[in-house]
Amino acid sequence: MKPPSSLFGLHWRQPSVLPGFGLTLGFTIFYLSVIVLIPLAALLLRPAELGWSGFWAAVTAPRVLAALRLSFGAALIGAVINAVFGLITAWVLVRYRFPARPLVDALIDLPFALPTAVAGIALTTLYAPNGWIGSLLGLLGIKVAFTPLGIALALTFIGLPFVVRTVQPVLQDLEREIEEAAASLGAGRFLTFLYVILPTIAPALLTGFALAFARAVGEYGSVIFIAGNMPMKSEIAPLLIVIKLEQYDYAGAAAIAVVMLAVSFVMLLVLNLLQRWARRHEEARA
Amino acid sequence: MNPKPQNAPRRRDPTTEPVWVRWLLILITIGYLLAMLVLPTVSVFIGGLAKGIQAYLAAVSEEDALAAIRLTLLVAAIAVPLNVVFGLAAAWAIAKFEFRGKSLLITLIDLPFSVSPVISGLIYVLLYSVHGWFGPALDALGIKVVFSATGIVLATIFVTFPFVARELIPLMQEQGTDEEQAAISLGANGFQTFFRVTLPNVTWGLLYGVLLCNARAMGEFGAVSVVSGHIRGLTNTMPLHIEILYNEYDFVGAFAVASLLASLALVTLALKSLLEWRYADRLASGARH
Repeated sequence: MKPPSSLFGLHWRQPSVLPGFGLTLGFTIFYLSVIVLIPLAALLLRPAELGWSGFWAAVTAPRVLAALRLSFGAALIGAVINAVFGLITAWVLVRYRFPARPLVDALIDLPFALPTAVAGIALTTLYAPNGWIGSLLGLLGIKVAFTPLGIALALTFIGLPFVVRTVQPVLQDLEREIEEAAASLGAGRFLTFLYVILPTIAPALLTGFALAFARAVGEYGSVIFIAGNMPMKSEIAPLLIVIKLEQYDYAGAAAIAVVMLAVSFVMLLVLNLLQRWARRHEEARA
Repeated sequence: MNPKPQNAPRRRDPTTEPVWVRWLLILITIGYLLAMLVLPTVSVFIGGLAKGIQAYLAAVSEEDALAAIRLTLLVAAIAVPLNVVFGLAAAWAIAKFEFRGKSLLITLIDLPFSVSPVISGLIYVLLYSVHGWFGPALDALGIKVVFSATGIVLATIFVTFPFVARELIPLMQEQGTDEEQAAISLGANGFQTFFRVTLPNVTWGLLYGVLLCNARAMGEFGAVSVVSGHIRGLTNTMPLHIEILYNEYDFVGAFAVASLLASLALVTLALKSLLEWRYADRLASGARH
């Protein structure tokens, strides 16, 4: 028996004896369209009512530019901190044995599980001028809560698991032989790490960095409590979208959203290309 | 090669670091995680109990708090099963068949993860509010989507959309179609094959996806905040209730309700670790999120 796989003369699926393809694929596409595709299309089309010049004016207003700069800047700082500490954490978890290691390993995913609003009020209370950590830092003259520094802190918190979880499996699969080879050729541990290990885990590190960055750019819940939310100073782009919505400036809100999506999309695209290039480079060397 | 002098001290393994470097890195890691993860979590519970157990219990059993808890449970009870049905359907179509456009479909399913929570709420406001595409028509029918529980459910479905599917798709792809083909050739129909062969094979993976989906559904703030309208006792979920209490300087109340969500997060983490440890071979190999 041959199922009608070449409907309309197009060989778009391979024949199979299993049933239910039409039903499940149909439902998948229907549900995907209703929940994701149509609403996102509405978002992309909405700024059109502003016209090109109106759109441009909406997204280049000084307050909008300041918010975008802050969101992307703070997200970048958070992602860099996460790359450094995430790499150290992944290394320690994979290479060393110490008490409570499984517990530490399980704890890493806490920022994924903890609701952002809970994280937001907890961090704010800790780092407020009268908080446990904030009062200590206050003695040194450092203000964290209600400043851009606080925003970077919250974005570091929510992006913490990404780098650890992308680097960890690659480190685990790393072949010990190449390190032995490096050692036998006279390289110390630091040089081995720099020239042998780091290049191998670099793509994973970059992926984790990009994921943490992308997540941080759009983050809202954990940031608004600690940010202070002063226009031009500590107002993030997602908050500005909310403010525009409250003023019934729907097209303006959609315009900021479209810019945020576009920048994130281009970033992820560039990253994908970089990774593909790195992989081809790797294969060519092998 | 020159033999090493016999009296040289015992050399350390050349593929690991000196002891002091190892312990320094371990201490940095533990210290960093204590400050960044443990301290904030502990402070939630301490903040909730700051004025004693009586004040804590009063805060979580107060009327608006109970309404928020009920709404959060209701929203999760609708959003999670819908995404489970979707995840199973998508995984069946994608993992058990070969067709063109498959990788595009997988990319589209993952899309909600790369959209900001605020934008996830915004898209439904743009569609269903009075100034939206479908808003006026629905309004004429007396249906309210935005600023109601319906909108909250929609936004929650959107932000938790990929969880179950992205866990099941790789798992079912790894398992192949041999067992299903055997069942069909022995005369089972599609539903029998699915419920007696496929589903038992992916139970733990499904549970893993549900766990993560549920944690996010109950804790979502940004997307829900945009569509809710913040009507106390009516359209406030637990995270939104926390925000209101906090902004009213009712810190004990805010942290008390927050401690419930923090407990949920800790239970989720514990179950997730248990699944990863006990059933590692029954989860998709890339199961760690």
